Amino acid sequence: MHGARMRNALVAGGRGLALALMGWTGSLALGVLAVLSIAFVPLGVGLLTTPSVLFLVRAHAERRRRLAARWSDVRIPAARYRPLPPAAGGGPLAGPRLTWLLLGDPATWRDLRWLFVDEVAGAAVAVLAPGMLAEGVFGILVAVGLWRPLVAADGTYWYQFVPVTGQVSALAAGVVGCGWLAAALRWNPALVRAHFRLTRGQLAPSDADALNRRVEELTETRRDAVDTSAAELRRIERDLHDGAQARLVAMGMDLGTIEALLDKDPEQARRLVAQARQNSVAALGELRDLVRGIHPPVLAERGLGDAVRALALRLPLATEVSVNLPGRAEAPVESAAYFAVSEVLTNAVKHSGADRIWVDLHHADGMLRVAVTDNGAGGAVITPGSGLAGVERRLGTFDGILAVSSPAGGPTMATLEIPCALS
Amino acid sequence: MRVVLAEDLFLLRDGLVRLLEAHGFEIVAAVESGPELDRALAELNPGVAVVDVRLPPTHTDEGLQCALRARRERPGLPVLVLSQHVEQLYARELLADGSGAVGYLLKDRVFDAAQFVDAVRRVAAGGTAMDPQVIQQLLARRADRDRPLSRLTPRELEVLELMAQGRSNTAIAAQLVVTERAIAKHTSNIFAKLGLEVSDDDNRRVLAVLAHLDRDG
Repeated sequence: MHGARMRNALVAGGRGLALALMGWTGSLALGVLAVLSIAFVPLGVGLLTTPSVLFLVRAHAERRRRLAARWSDVRIPAARYRPLPPAAGGGPLAGPRLTWLLLGDPATWRDLRWLFVDEVAGAAVAVLAPGMLAEGVFGILVAVGLWRPLVAADGTYWYQFVPVTGQVSALAAGVVGCGWLAAALRWNPALVRAHFRLTRGQLAPSDADALNRRVEELTETRRDAVDTSAAELRRIERDLHDGAQARLVAMGMDLGTIEALLDKDPEQARRLVAQARQNSVAALGELRDLVRGIHPPVLAERGLGDAVRALALRLPLATEVSVNLPGRAEAPVESAAYFAVSEVLTNAVKHSGADRIWVDLHHADGMLRVAVTDNGAGGAVITPGSGLAGVERRLGTFDGILAVSSPAGGPTMATLEIPCALS
Repeated sequence: MRVVLAEDLFLLRDGLVRLLEAHGFEIVAAVESGPELDRALAELNPGVAVVDVRLPPTHTDEGLQCALRARRERPGLPVLVLSQHVEQLYARELLADGSGAVGYLLKDRVFDAAQFVDAVRRVAAGGTAMDPQVIQQLLARRADRDRPLSRLTPRELEVLELMAQGRSNTAIAAQLVVTERAIAKHTSNIFAKLGLEVSDDDNRRVLAVLAHLDRDG
């Protein structure tokens, strides 16, 4: 029990020292660099250096977040940095543009503010832990004899508030030192935790920030959703107009002609009847394809699991589907998941060169997860404007995500997750 | 021949009743929902049931489920399932018990009254009537993977396709405008190339071919 406490206090002392050193070196250096770099932005030089410095700051903060979780179990929420455009890394204007974007992000300024708090208050709190240990040990050393050379050198030696002049006062210093040690034993872990709490106070995004970010996300996904559905409606309108509608017009005309020909030329009339029937079959076929694209019948009849199974049966590749869904998700979620899987499968069939595909659907922790794996050549990426980017955008409406892991040489695994409840 | 008919859209139900009656069938019940169908199948003991996949009250695959349930109660009860769309998944479920006497057709097939009535008769007699689309999907899926299938001549593939739909040699011969002897020869070639056992029973023959085509891998 005591041993554990002692060890904890010592470990916390070491960590406090490490944290204080990080504050006085890392945070201080980065803080100074950042201030200089930003100050030089108007001169141009800063445009080139600022992004690198700010990314170092982010990494520095991230390391502290991880330490907080590991050492004191203090969870500091991840920063909500604004997303950077993927193309920001290239082109002559990339540096200035990146600087501009980074400096426009409130999270950047939060990081910088933390640097300054860390190198002063953060380090001060952290250094108390090793400080109390050292002071306590030193007091005891004074009591056991270190007082002799100290008093010999200075006359009266002040250990804290105790004037040490001889063995008796040295013992008093020893008692005070024990007090410090006791304090260190009791509070060292708490001090380290206090440091991380302070860090959390600085680094955690404020509620207002989180809300702002959420509003931005929602605005963006809503716009995507509206765009997508408008495009879908346009496509459906065009398909109906050029397909089924045109066929019905043709059928109507044929029927009119048949009526006129019935007596005069029964042979010709019979030919037209056959043609009208052809047209009705074709119109039905087109409507069926259209319906499949809007909301596949199997999805309506059986739900996501069987709809994906039916989809797999239409693929030219051997496809294994395993489903573990204890209920059905809401219709819009099912539909989004279905079309996402459909697109991912189409991609795999077209581009991967695979001869086997595995699809796994399951629901756990309030999350619908679908993994599509193929044994193809790999190298799949989500490029803007591609089918996969479209999937990502559509899933965004449901706070869903798509992740693609596709090393060169394969295999490719696409995973999509949508938060939802089953009923 | 006593028929139970289940179709929720009035126009189609009415049309089917008239079509079947015109061809000498006796419609003992024309129902519009799953529970009614359950009852009719249990009580009326029909010679064949013609069933729409999607029925009230759930508007899901209620009709298909009723049919499968009834066939579990009465194995081999002839059922012809109609749908606006065909899925291999459903065809597989209908064929799973291996006892035949099932049909699975697109509703469009009703347009060709003669062929449709022929399909109903075939199913009622214990045969099979699979929609050409189902067979085409099966064949398309197998095409790149099935070595034996790639050894068939185009003509044999044609015969195989019709055979898998459940047509008799006579019907296939009529459609391809050749003699029945020629078809019999194609058939034995097909069976030899696919490594299937030849059977004189038409129904078994169809089921064997379908099982071969729907095999995994």
